[in-house]
Parts: sequence; structure tokens; C-alpha cells
Amino acid sequence: MSFIHIKGLEFSYVNEFEEPPVKNTVLKGIDLDIEKGEFVAVLGHNGSGKSTLAKCINAINLPEKGEVLVDGLDTINEENLLPIRKRVGMVFQNPDNQIVATIVEEDVAFALENLGVEPTEIRRRVDEALKTVGMYEYRMHAPHKLSGGQKQRVAIAGVIAMQPECIVLDEPTAMLDPKGRSEVMKTIKMLNKEKGVTIVLITHYMEEAAQADRVVVIDGGEKIMDNVPQKIFSQVSVMRNLGLDVPQVTEIADFLKNSGYDISNEIITEDECVDALYALLTKK
Amino acid sequence: MIKDMTIGQYFPGKSPVHRLDARLKILLTIAFIVMLFVADDIKGLGVGIAFTFITFIISRIPLKMMFKSIRPILIIIIITAMLNLFFVHTGTPLVEWKFIKITDKGVETAVFMVVRILCLIVGTSLLTYTSSPIDLTDAIERLLSPLKKIKVPVHELAMMMTIALRFIPTLLEETDKITSAQKARGADMETGSIFKRAKALIPILIPLFVSSFRHAEELALAMECRCYHGGEGRTRMKQLHFKLIDLWGTLYLVFFFAGVIVMNKIG
Repeated sequence: MSFIHIKGLEFSYVNEFEEPPVKNTVLKGIDLDIEKGEFVAVLGHNGSGKSTLAKCINAINLPEKGEVLVDGLDTINEENLLPIRKRVGMVFQNPDNQIVATIVEEDVAFALENLGVEPTEIRRRVDEALKTVGMYEYRMHAPHKLSGGQKQRVAIAGVIAMQPECIVLDEPTAMLDPKGRSEVMKTIKMLNKEKGVTIVLITHYMEEAAQADRVVVIDGGEKIMDNVPQKIFSQVSVMRNLGLDVPQVTEIADFLKNSGYDISNEIITEDECVDALYALLTKK
Repeated sequence: MIKDMTIGQYFPGKSPVHRLDARLKILLTIAFIVMLFVADDIKGLGVGIAFTFITFIISRIPLKMMFKSIRPILIIIIITAMLNLFFVHTGTPLVEWKFIKITDKGVETAVFMVVRILCLIVGTSLLTYTSSPIDLTDAIERLLSPLKKIKVPVHELAMMMTIALRFIPTLLEETDKITSAQKARGADMETGSIFKRAKALIPILIPLFVSSFRHAEELALAMECRCYHGGEGRTRMKQLHFKLIDLWGTLYLVFFFAGVIVMNKIG
């Protein structure tokens, strides 16, 4: 069985302050399987249910119907709570709201302290995690003195110190400047390629989604598309109708193709675009 | 800038007083307070003064900062002195005028009390000057941990302190932003009576209040994701070990404490 197995997942928020309580169904039967070592991006516009889905993966939200299995462990079973959260780490949008301690290294140690790991082992793993994200020199700093990108890397270090098999990132770059964004993306890709960590990246930046192995598009609580990024983004008009963008380079390629030029619209990176344009121009 | 404000009154340094284990420092401070109250005459107190003075010199805390911590309680010191001066009527009278009667015993008690309070303030503020708030929180948690047996939520209290310390800079920064935003919309915070200015703070406090709830909710979620489940079965990365310097610190206090007792016996 796949590492994360989601079947017929339904979830709704209930607003109990209204009379009668208002039920807002956010996820309407999602099926999704994620294999170990995959890098999956989840796309969807605001309110599509993508964050809710992310929280279902590590048992913050429990399914109303259907099931979510992580490494064979059912999230509905309370005994599985810690083992699941140990396997699936989560990083949120606002770096300020996920740093607990007043010193960087103490914060990275937080999860390990919760899990009751031996102090010497904590020390070793904290140093390793900080080195992995390139924040080792900052280990004695106060978090509020760091930049947004650095804070988010500390948050990632706090998660990878647990040595999870999968990390779910809920719009980790939404509050960062372009520099911070590229720092974080580089770290995420490195974790996936070098450490073999399964990544589920929730985002609304198409350029980030284009770097994944696979893109899942969610709309109105349902899975609309699930394919490699090339196949997803080449459907420019479908994406537009969903209120989503495509990477700039794909847009150019698509425009050229529609204007009758012989160019593939399955272009998602700048390098591919440059090559294709060069080929197009030298051919004539 | 509001952001540069220091939290607490920690004055970073590398003096032997700074390097003492925070747990020990708290215990030594308590012993120091006891010592000051055990001293029952001016000679015993002299030893206490010597201890306070030497420790202060060793800690290399600027004199200016020490004055800052004495200033708020100046009133209390003056009142104490007055009360003792005018209401102690034993001993030989020095001045007698109408209902005012000052005796030599009265003067002695007044000086004694003032010096004792000053030593108390200087000695105890050395604790907060030489240990960071984090170390203190940690030390308090560990010192109080036996109370867990009688269901005192020691870990929870310490965690609350840590989070409060962590969020002070964040909230300050936010206050700054909200203030600018409200000013940009024409809020007037500098003019008018004190009531008017206090009222002008409301549009700042309410957004701040709302956003702290949001911070709290998200932080709780992030903590849960990192397997937080209370203090049970929790380990700590930083193990506190008593070092040689802690032994010296203890001996140093024991020496002075013995001095106070000897002085009491002689006197």
C-alpha cells in the first residue's frame, strides 16, 4: 500500500455559533495516494479545501467519512496520533506562529523533547537538522531577529529533527519575500532529492508547483486533476477556468502554439522555454 | 525603536555570577535574604553589606543600572526610616520638641532598616540582572518540579512563561505596525487630555487582542503537530550540571552566612 492512502475523504466545519448550526462541507470525497519519496504539489484557489486536506494527513482534522491511512496507520484511531505525527511533520504559513522557544536551537529541540528522546541524541539531531537547512550558525539567535525565510527554515529544521518520512507544507512561502521564498524552496527540494523525504507542498505559486513530480488540483473540495506538472499546466484554459494561473513560460508557449507555431505547450521551466524558443528560431 | 526594548532586566555578561547555575542562584538568593534577616545587629549586617558589595563588584553590573532598580522603592525606604525614627522611643532621647521625640535607639533602628532594605534590593536584583529570563524560567520549573506530585501544574506554568517571553517581541512589532496603520488613517494619539489619549489607544488594543488570539490558535496547532502532549515523558536537550564554580558560589555564601552568625553571638 502507498505511504499516504486517502479514500473517500469527507470533512466539514460546523459553525456552532449560528442557530441552527451551519455545516460547511469542505472536502467532498477525495481519493489520493502518495508514495514514499514523492514530491507532490497541491494546487487550488482560496477556499478550495487544500489546507483542510493537509491537516487531515497528520490527524489534526479527522475524517467525517472515508479514511486516511499513514504508513498503514488509521488517523481516526487516537493511539496512532503520536506515531502519525512523528512520521508526518507539518510546516505552516506564518513562521512566527510556529516557533515556540526563545532560542533557535531550543525550538528545533522542541519536538524531540516532547517525544522523550535522550538529551545527547537530541543535541546530535538538532545540530544535524540545523546544518541541513543551513541555519547552524544562527543556533543561538533569538527567532524574532531572523528574516522570514530564515524563520521558516528554522521551522522546517524543527520538523526534520523528528526525522519524519513525510513533510506537509501549507503555503510555506506565502508570507515571504522572493529571496526567502527561493531559500525555502531550495531547502524543500534538497530534502526531497537528497534525504528522500516525501513532500506534500500546498501552494498557490505555479512556479513552485512546477518543481514537483506530480501536481494535484483541488477545487470545491474535489480532486479535479492529478498528473505530472507538464500535463497539468499545458491545459491553460482549464486552469484559467478554475481560477488558477500557469507558469509564465507555459503561458508564452501556449500563446505561440495557438498562434500556429510549432512549439510544445508542455513547457514549465525557464530552461525548457529557452531551449524550445532557440530550436524554433534556428529552424527557420 | 520599540523593537529594541530589552525584556526583563537581564544584563548579559561573563562574570562568575553570570556563570552560576540559575537554580543555584535562586537558592542562594533565598539564603541571602534569610541571612539579612538573621543578622540582628549592625555588626552582623556589616557582613551582609560586605557580601552584597563584593558580589556586586564581581558581577560587573554598572552602578547606574543598580540605581535604576533602587529608585522605585525609594519612597518605601524613606517611609520606613521615618517610622523608625519617630516611633522608636526606647534609649536616650536626642531631640525632644513638642510631641516629636527622637532617641539614639531610634536613629540606630532607622539606619539598620534602611541598610537592610537596600542590601535586599541590590542582592535580589543581581539575580535578575545576571540570569536571562529563559534560564530563570527553566530554573523555576526544575526547582518546583517536586510540586508536580501534589498536582501543581509546574510544567504548564513554565511553558506559559516561555511562550509569553517568546511573543513579547512579536507583539511589540505588531503594536508598532498597528499604530502606524491607525495613524495613517488619521488617528491622533499625541494631543489632548490624558483621557483622550487613553481612549485613542483602544483602536490599537483591540486589533492587538484579536491577533493574539490568532497567534495562540496557530501556535497551539503547530505545537500539536510537533507532538506536544504536556509535560509527561518530556526530556530536555540542555541538562543542567552543577560545575565547580557552583561549589565556589555556595562556599562563598556559606562563609558569609557563618560570619553573620558569629557576629550575632559576639554581639
